[in-house]
Amino acid sequence: MAETAKKSRLSRSRTRSAWLFLAPMLVTLAVVAAWPLGRTIWFSFTDASLDLMSDARWVGFRNYLEYVEWGDGEGQYYGLLADARWWRSVWNTILFAVVSVSFETLFGLVIALVLNQQFRGRGLVRAAVLIPWAIPTIVSAKMWAWMLHDQFGIINDMLQGLGLISQPIAWTASPDTAMVAVLMVDIWKTTPFMALLILAGLQMVPQDIYEAAKLDGVPAWRVFRKITLPLIMPAVLVAVVFRTLDALRVFDIVYVLTPNTDATRTMSVYARENLFDYDQFAYGSAASTLLFLVIALITITFIMATRMDLEGKRS
Amino acid sequence: MASVELINVSKSYGNVQVLRDINLSLEQGEFVVFVGPSGCGKSTLLRMIAGLEDITGGELRIDGAPMNDVMPARRGIAMVFQSYALYPHMTVYENMSFGLEQAKLSTPEIEARVQAAAKMLQIEELLGRKPRQLSGGQRQRVAIGRAITRDPRVFLFDEPLSNLDAALRVDTRLEIAALGQRLPDTTMIYVTHDQVEAMTLADRIVVLNGGNVEQVGTPMELYSEPASQFVAGFIGSPRMNFLSGAVAEAHGAVTYGIRPEHIALSSDAGDWAGKVTLTERLGSDTFVHAEVEGIGAVNVRIEGRADVSAGQAVFLTPDAASVHLFDAAGRPVAGRPDA
Ligand SMILES: Nc1ncnc2c1ncn2[C@@H]1O[C@H](COP(=O)(O)OP(=O)(O)OP(=O)(O)O)[C@@H](O)[C@H]1O
Ligand SMILES: [Mg+2]
Repeated sequence: MAETAKKSRLSRSRTRSAWLFLAPMLVTLAVVAAWPLGRTIWFSFTDASLDLMSDARWVGFRNYLEYVEWGDGEGQYYGLLADARWWRSVWNTILFAVVSVSFETLFGLVIALVLNQQFRGRGLVRAAVLIPWAIPTIVSAKMWAWMLHDQFGIINDMLQGLGLISQPIAWTASPDTAMVAVLMVDIWKTTPFMALLILAGLQMVPQDIYEAAKLDGVPAWRVFRKITLPLIMPAVLVAVVFRTLDALRVFDIVYVLTPNTDATRTMSVYARENLFDYDQFAYGSAASTLLFLVIALITITFIMATRMDLEGKRS
Repeated sequence: MASVELINVSKSYGNVQVLRDINLSLEQGEFVVFVGPSGCGKSTLLRMIAGLEDITGGELRIDGAPMNDVMPARRGIAMVFQSYALYPHMTVYENMSFGLEQAKLSTPEIEARVQAAAKMLQIEELLGRKPRQLSGGQRQRVAIGRAITRDPRVFLFDEPLSNLDAALRVDTRLEIAALGQRLPDTTMIYVTHDQVEAMTLADRIVVLNGGNVEQVGTPMELYSEPASQFVAGFIGSPRMNFLSGAVAEAHGAVTYGIRPEHIALSSDAGDWAGKVTLTERLGSDTFVHAEVEGIGAVNVRIEGRADVSAGQAVFLTPDAASVHLFDAAGRPVAGRPDA
C-alpha cells in the first residue's frame, strides 16, 4: 500500500516536472503560432482592412464564397473560392511542390549515395555540397536572377556560346519559362538539404548486412532496391514531408525571382498581395487560412497514406 | 585433398601487418576453432577466407582451387556473423530465401531448403516474423539457418555466441556441436576468444597470437603439450600457474608452469609450505589461492569442497609429471624434471 502511494507520488512529480520543462515551449508556441493563426482565421470572417483592424465586423463566409443576386434572377459567385487567380495560385503551388520535391529527392538520394562512399576528401565534399543551402534564399535568388538575366545573364551567354539557343531567353520574365526558372533555383538550393537528411538515414543502415548480401552474391542494383531503399525509406519520407511543407508555402524565391506573374504566383504570394498591396486584409486572411488548411490536409493525407512512423514505434 | 588451405597467407592494412605467413590445412568435415586474444587477427583471417577482406599475401585454396580472386558468393562458403547481420526489414523466411533467389534456384527448391533448415533449427513458427520480433537466441538460429540453406562446403562462424547470455551460450554451443555432427562433410571454422568454446567444440584448435599461428592441435594436445608459454596460459581454466625464480632455475628454466588441477593440497605435509589467502567455492570445485614462501601466489583447484579457509597454513605438492618448463622466450624447455 505504502509502496504504491510512494510510486504514484514519484510518477506525479515526474509528470509535474515534465510539464514544467514543456511549459516554456508551449507558451512560446501559443504566442508565436497559435495566437497569430487564430487571429488570421478570425479576420478571414470579417471585413477588416489594414487601417480598420480594430473595427472589423463579422461577415460570415463572404470572403470565401458569396452568391450575389443582380435582381433579375441572375447572379454571380464572389469570393476566394470563385476567384480564378486564386485557383491558378493553388495550381502553381502544387505544381511547384510536386516537381521541386520530386527532383530534390531524386538528386538528394544520388548525392547521398555518393557521399556515403569512402573516398579521399569526403569531408570536404560533404561540406561543399551544403553551400547552396547555407546561402540565404534572398541572396541566392538575386544571384540567380542575375545569372538568368535575358541580356546580361551568364546562362544565356553560355547556352548561346554552345549554340544551343539562337535568341536570348527571358527566363524569369517569360510566362513559359518563369516556373522552370523558379524550380531550377529551388532544386539547386534545396537538394543539399535533402541529401543530408537521406545521408543521415543511410548511415543508420548497419554495414554487416551489406557483407551478408555480398556472401549471398546479390548484385549492387538489387542490394540498393531490396536492402538500402527499404531501410532508408523512413528517413526519405520524413525528408519529403519536411520539404513538401516548405514548398507549399514557398514565397521568397518567387517574390524575388519572378514578381507579379500569373505563371508563378503561389498561394503565399497571393495572400501577401491581398493582405498588403491591395488592402484587402480580410480577403488575404481568408487566403492564408485556406493555405493553412491545404497544407494541413496534404500533410495528414501523406502521413496516413505512407503510414509514417512518427512516434518511432516500429523501429 | 584439403578442404581449406592457407599458404603463407598474410594481411596488412597499409603499413600495419596484422597477419604473418599463416600456413594451415583443414580437412573436409573438420571442426576447426581459431582462438586467441582480442586483436590477434582471428576475424581478419576468417573474413579473408570468406572473401570479405582482400588477401594481401599468400594463397587461399578451397577444395584445391585457388580462391584469392573469387567472389565471396562463389567460394562455397556460408558465414554466421557475430551481430547476426539479418536483413531487418525481411521476415525470417525472406532472410533465408533472399540469397537462394540470387542463386537462381526454383521456388519449390527454395521453399524446400528453407523449410528443411527451419525444421533442423526448430524455427518453423518464426518464419513469418521480422528479426526485431525475435530474441537474441532466435536471431542466432535464423542466422545459422540462413547459412545452412546455402548448403556450403565451408561454414564460417565469427564469435556467434558472444551476444548471448551465459545459459543460452551453453545451449547454443551444444547445438552448434550437434550441427557439426549432422553435417559431417561440411568443414566448420569457428572463431572465438573463449577457450572453453574452443576446447568443447573443436576437432582441432588454431591458437593465434599477435598475427602468428602459435600452435595447431587437438584440444588435448594443446592442454597437455602446449608449444609455448602463451598457449599454456591461454588454454585451460583456471589459468596455469607461472612461477619464476628459484623453483624454475632448479629445473634449468626461466618459468615453471603447473596447472591448478595438478597440485595436491594437504594440511600436514607437502613440497611447498604456504598460507591460504582466498578460497572460491563453485560447488563442484574449490579454487584455493595460496601464498607460498619463496615462490609466490599459487592457485590450486580441488575437486568438490575443500576444508580450508583464509589464513590457514597448507602444504602444496605439484604433480611432477605435469610440470611445464619454459625459457625466457616462452619456448618449452626440453625434458621433464622427473625424466
Ligand atoms: N580496417 C582496418 N585497418 C587497420 N587495422 C585493422 C583494420 N581492421 C582490423 N585491424 C587490426 O587488425 C588486427 C586484427 O583485428 P581482428 O578484428 O581480426 O581481431 P580479432 O582477433 O577478431 O579480435 P576480437 O576478438 O576483438 O574480435 C587488430 O589489431 C586491428 O586493430
Ligand atoms: Mg573479431
